[in-house]
Amino acid sequence: MNLQCPIPPTADEVVRLGHGSGGEMTQRLIDQYIQPVFSNPWLSQAHDSATLPWKPDQLVFTTDSFVISPLFFPGGNIGELAVYGTVNDLAMAGAEPKFLSCGLILEEGLPLKTLQRVLISMAEAARNSGITLVTGDTKVVEKGKGDGLYINTSGIGTLIREQPIDPNRICQGDSIILSGDIGRHGMAVMACREGLEFESDLLSDCAPLNGVVAQMINAGIEVHCLRDLTRGGLATALVELAESCGKTFILEESKIQVSDAVQGACEILGLDPLYVANEGRFVAIVPEGASKQAISILQEAAAESACGFIGTIEQRNCAQVILKNSLGCDRLLQRLPGEQLPRIC
Amino acid sequence: MKYLKEYRNGENIKLIAAEIQKVTTRPWTLMEICGGQTHAIAKYNLQQLLPEEIQLVHGPGCPVCVTPQEIIDRAIAIAAMPNVIFCSFGDMLRVPGSDRDLLEVKAAGGDVRIVYSPLQALNVAEQNPTKQVVFFAVGFETTATANALALSLAKQKQIDNFYALISQFLVTPAIQSICTREDCRIQGFLAAGHVCAITGYRQYRSLVKKHQIPIVITGFEPLDILEGVLRCVRQLESGRSEVENQYQRAVTKTGNTVAQDLIKQVFKVATQQWRGIGEIPASGLVLSDDYSGFNAEQTFNLPALSISENRGCISGDIMLGLKKPGDCPHFAKTCQPQQPLGAPMVSTEGACAAYYRYQNQVESNESAVSNSTNR
Repeated sequence: MNLQCPIPPTADEVVRLGHGSGGEMTQRLIDQYIQPVFSNPWLSQAHDSATLPWKPDQLVFTTDSFVISPLFFPGGNIGELAVYGTVNDLAMAGAEPKFLSCGLILEEGLPLKTLQRVLISMAEAARNSGITLVTGDTKVVEKGKGDGLYINTSGIGTLIREQPIDPNRICQGDSIILSGDIGRHGMAVMACREGLEFESDLLSDCAPLNGVVAQMINAGIEVHCLRDLTRGGLATALVELAESCGKTFILEESKIQVSDAVQGACEILGLDPLYVANEGRFVAIVPEGASKQAISILQEAAAESACGFIGTIEQRNCAQVILKNSLGCDRLLQRLPGEQLPRIC
Repeated sequence: MKYLKEYRNGENIKLIAAEIQKVTTRPWTLMEICGGQTHAIAKYNLQQLLPEEIQLVHGPGCPVCVTPQEIIDRAIAIAAMPNVIFCSFGDMLRVPGSDRDLLEVKAAGGDVRIVYSPLQALNVAEQNPTKQVVFFAVGFETTATANALALSLAKQKQIDNFYALISQFLVTPAIQSICTREDCRIQGFLAAGHVCAITGYRQYRSLVKKHQIPIVITGFEPLDILEGVLRCVRQLESGRSEVENQYQRAVTKTGNTVAQDLIKQVFKVATQQWRGIGEIPASGLVLSDDYSGFNAEQTFNLPALSISENRGCISGDIMLGLKKPGDCPHFAKTCQPQQPLGAPMVSTEGACAAYYRYQNQVESNESAVSNSTNR
């Protein structure tokens, strides 16, 4: 479905400070650009808060902020990220995403056409993931005090199953399943931001994960833990989980899929794909006996079939992540001390 | 991924490792010159595949590590100036100066940008004609080529707001310097393949002859490194000392003569200070007279600098192969990537960073397990 704003902006129309005044210009921005795109009964209440139907004992709540340059990158844009990021955080808790809030921080001078493209993407992303945007806020900062557009989204969802999905449920002997190849989002954004030209087209993996997670849970798989791989990549996510549950994760490097395009770009820049950001990948930690079924569901859902088993959980004296390479040698994965910086040569 | 997967193939690597085991009869100490090789050795834990008799030690081939503190301080002073855009490779941003690093200058409002090549910095200069754009030109012969190209283009295009802060090193004089030290314990070298892709390897013949020490030009993948070790050990075990080229897919005897000519045109050879090691004659490059107008050090009115080098860092001993990172009393204690005492702990090619990232904690965790079991 392609959504179109009824009043498309002209090329030279930009965000002005008055759009954040709370007065007539703000109302016009909401009426012309936001309401038509996200129209639904809760948003139409036009109240300070949205009043929503709910079962109070199953509430799952999350928030995230999105700051990215450039706003549009191969395979996605900040609007899709802002919706899918929050949807995926809900999904990782085993929740069905229900309602979304959206805070827009607009920089004076942002072309309204750009804003409109982002809003339309957000609406499509919300529709794709079955979440409804029910409340929001808009502020404008002076030119030079923002990167065009920042977005905060908060989301609430309802647990699909009462049993929580939680790092504390990770058990010795569990299997670690990775939902696809890694590093696409980080390298696509970096290539685009820095004007790097690679022979292959690198596209972000930005996507909603709630559908496939729901399939796994509804199929009766006893999912112990889920974690989406965002900043810090696969390695950081697994280190965090290992520390949360106090167990040792043993990974097989040869099972972790990295596309040639991502691997090549990482080689050139001296980056480690294990630490490169993703926006549509997750790990599922499931009992050993359930791994085959989980992989089968993932394979059916994924456009590409790079998902699969990558390791197991062991009970040792340390909370750590050990990567076994093809030589049979071990490498300990740790958090990076800061962001990955490209090397000199 | 041709030229990548085959050089990381486990079966082939195990075959070479087995061959090394077979030919080794005595202890040998080999130095890998390049920090990239050090990181590959640590990342793949290649020492685990080698016989105990073979010890790999790390050479002075990390450009970030050998850049003198004084130059880092100058970079920081320039980057903090108004109207300056300071462009640098990412590695240099975390290297500690006397009182702060370039990332802190950036956080304080300095316009510090990470670039991937000097040509990118030149583009920044063209796009910002009212700003003074300074490129931090550090590294060995590999980066000297690209840096020379950028400066040559800047001259051709008459870009008058582009400057370079130069910290360029030459590898061969450093090897020569190591060989002539009384405390030298190196018996064979794995030379840096990418440097030799520019320089060729003719220059090593006189070194080998004079010091009777094998030099094997070696690449950066696990298979490359183990092949380099094998060739070196074979020479040592049979009493030979020759120059061998393991990295034939990139290196020829004469190297890249176009690049060599470009370097000669833009730079001239000079005595160079190496951080932690000291002065080595004819081991650096400075701008030639024709390019002196691009010299950032001469252009900017730098404040008097009070250099404060951390005396606790033993980077010199590590880069000369005299000590290993684990021998340093500060390693992984008061010196960590977040709070480094010296450049080898922050650079992506630094030996201490390699040990910290890939090995230290495996070792410490293993000992923790072992201690726990003993209890």
